[in-house]
Amino acid sequence: MKVHEYQAKAILSAFGIPVPRSGVAATPEEARRIAQDMGGNVVVKAQIHAGGRGMAGGVKAVSSPQEAETVAKGLLGQRLITHQTGPEGAPVNRVLLEEPAQIAKEYYLAVIIDSGARCPVIMASEAGGMEIEEVAATAPEKILRANVDPIIGLQPFQCRNLAYGLNLPADLIRPAAALIANLYKVFEDKDCSLAEINPLAITSDGQLMALDAKLNFDDDALSRHPDIQELRDTGQEDPLEVEASEFGISYVKLDGDVGCMVNGAGLAMATMDSISMADAMPANFLDVGGGATEEQVAQAFKLLISDPQVKRILVNVFGGILRCDVAARGIVAASQETEAKVPIVVRMLGTNADEGKDILAKSGLGVILVNDLNEAALMIKQAASAS
Amino acid sequence: MSILVNENTRLLVQGITGREGSFHALRCLEYGTNLVAGVTPGRGGTVWEEKVPVFNTVKQAVSETDANVALIFVPAAFAADAILESTDAGIPLIACITEGIPVMEMVRVAKYLKNNPTRLIGPNCPGLISPGSNCKIGIMPGNIHTPGRVGVISRSGTLTYEAVNQLTALGIGQSTCVGIGGDPIGGTSFVDLLQLFQDDPETDAVVLIGEIGGTKEQEAAEYIRAHVTKPVVGLVVGITAPAGRRMGHAGAIITGSAARADEKVKALREAGVHIAPSPADIGITMKQALG
Repeated sequence: MKVHEYQAKAILSAFGIPVPRSGVAATPEEARRIAQDMGGNVVVKAQIHAGGRGMAGGVKAVSSPQEAETVAKGLLGQRLITHQTGPEGAPVNRVLLEEPAQIAKEYYLAVIIDSGARCPVIMASEAGGMEIEEVAATAPEKILRANVDPIIGLQPFQCRNLAYGLNLPADLIRPAAALIANLYKVFEDKDCSLAEINPLAITSDGQLMALDAKLNFDDDALSRHPDIQELRDTGQEDPLEVEASEFGISYVKLDGDVGCMVNGAGLAMATMDSISMADAMPANFLDVGGGATEEQVAQAFKLLISDPQVKRILVNVFGGILRCDVAARGIVAASQETEAKVPIVVRMLGTNADEGKDILAKSGLGVILVNDLNEAALMIKQAASAS
Repeated sequence: MSILVNENTRLLVQGITGREGSFHALRCLEYGTNLVAGVTPGRGGTVWEEKVPVFNTVKQAVSETDANVALIFVPAAFAADAILESTDAGIPLIACITEGIPVMEMVRVAKYLKNNPTRLIGPNCPGLISPGSNCKIGIMPGNIHTPGRVGVISRSGTLTYEAVNQLTALGIGQSTCVGIGGDPIGGTSFVDLLQLFQDDPETDAVVLIGEIGGTKEQEAAEYIRAHVTKPVVGLVVGITAPAGRRMGHAGAIITGSAARADEKVKALREAGVHIAPSPADIGITMKQALG
């Protein structure tokens, strides 16, 4: 799960990490008031769940409360399009107003899980402000790493090593080491999947400060963090994905026109790949899950049909825990409730596959039954030329 | 023959009285697995399905039944504890089916297991099966498997069934099939299993199914290049997945170029792996590789 910058900074601040003085506004009038309180000179930052805001015009420095109001008015209620949002952009419902920092130097600092090393890793770099993927690709030697033993935790010497490695001024070694330890504490206490400060700045008056922050949380650990759950902003997510998550279905919206419904994430990806090999593009990733019920299958199928981009549907079920007859009944139930008339190609295999196919064949839905993935992809291709 | 499990396997199921645990324990039993004990705290002293004794603790179950493989079905919030309980009881092999264990918990479990002889398969995996020994430790449909001499390793569940089904349809039997799980942090790796299959005199070739995310396939490629003389057929799924999005499996997310499917395919191909041109061609590619 992602949160907004202002939410991430509030968490960092609660853990003792210095962040700029700021306020959050949902209306232009509020923005004006906050700017007024802060003396007029502020940076107005659009709050969306994506990076690249600066380049897209979502971050602007202003010098008066009036200007803050005008800029906020231009951002609030709009959709901001950055290179990370896709062409539809993301809605701006809040702006963060911050005291501008005089930056002497910028650094990068993050905690993530390194699945290769099988532990959390602290990454730090003098090349702050840049996208870290770019630094990793062009100058990997500029990234310092410290693996954290998850049982004994991050040690003070590791924090010092990083601080010295960043060539920080002598008087900032201790504060930097403390800041790194605090960021790790956020990561561990809140079950983050990413805790990133970029840039971490030294201000012109010699202070360390988190100027931008990103916190992502482990979805599997959210149940034990009700405070984090409350920060979820579903307005930043695809409405179909939000709906899917309510039914316990794993769904990701994509750009193509072939709706797919599959049981199992690996088989779902394999199905999507087969579709693309037949010169078509999947409209989504959809895993109904191992032990889906008839209702869940029906919900998943309705979700597919409700996507206006979907022009044809491919269902691939390998019956195991989920029996094919259950999946078939779910599909029939969902189809009877909707008016959509798109070609449906179904491939069923495994437990009760014959019963499942029989239910579909007798349903009057005109379902095209196929035996393997290549044939499925071929029929999807033909369905395109026919429609 | 097979790797990891065989006719000497004595299975213990943690969470045997739960809905899923009970359902799958029965399927394992029907397949011929020697299911000797169940563990559910608070249900000790009862007998499951009038066949299998249930114990309160793994330690007790092991001392009374000599169980040597644990299969875990307990809910995500308690699964890490269940893994550690079986490890502490000295069980040499654990398969954890449970999905959704917080990553930080698995990180700690993985670190603990590192200094321990116990091997973990999973979590978030279908388990493992050796058809020749009628030994099924997991949730895979038993009937699609057939005894034979090809090993299967995969990060996925149903995609593994797809691969096995293609093999069986072409008359290619399996020695052992293992799902290592879809989480970023798991127990046994591709490399561990490649080593076991390479050393297993009853395995002639291996199917390896990878997916986007992490660098497990590159590590496998590295190992294959240096140590594996048996033919390996490979498939990597997720070519169409966008960056930064989680594709169902917590591990299936593209962050950085090494996590991309094309990079993984390239690494495997360069290591001499026979790449299946499409997910429907796993079986036929193996048939060709076997000559």
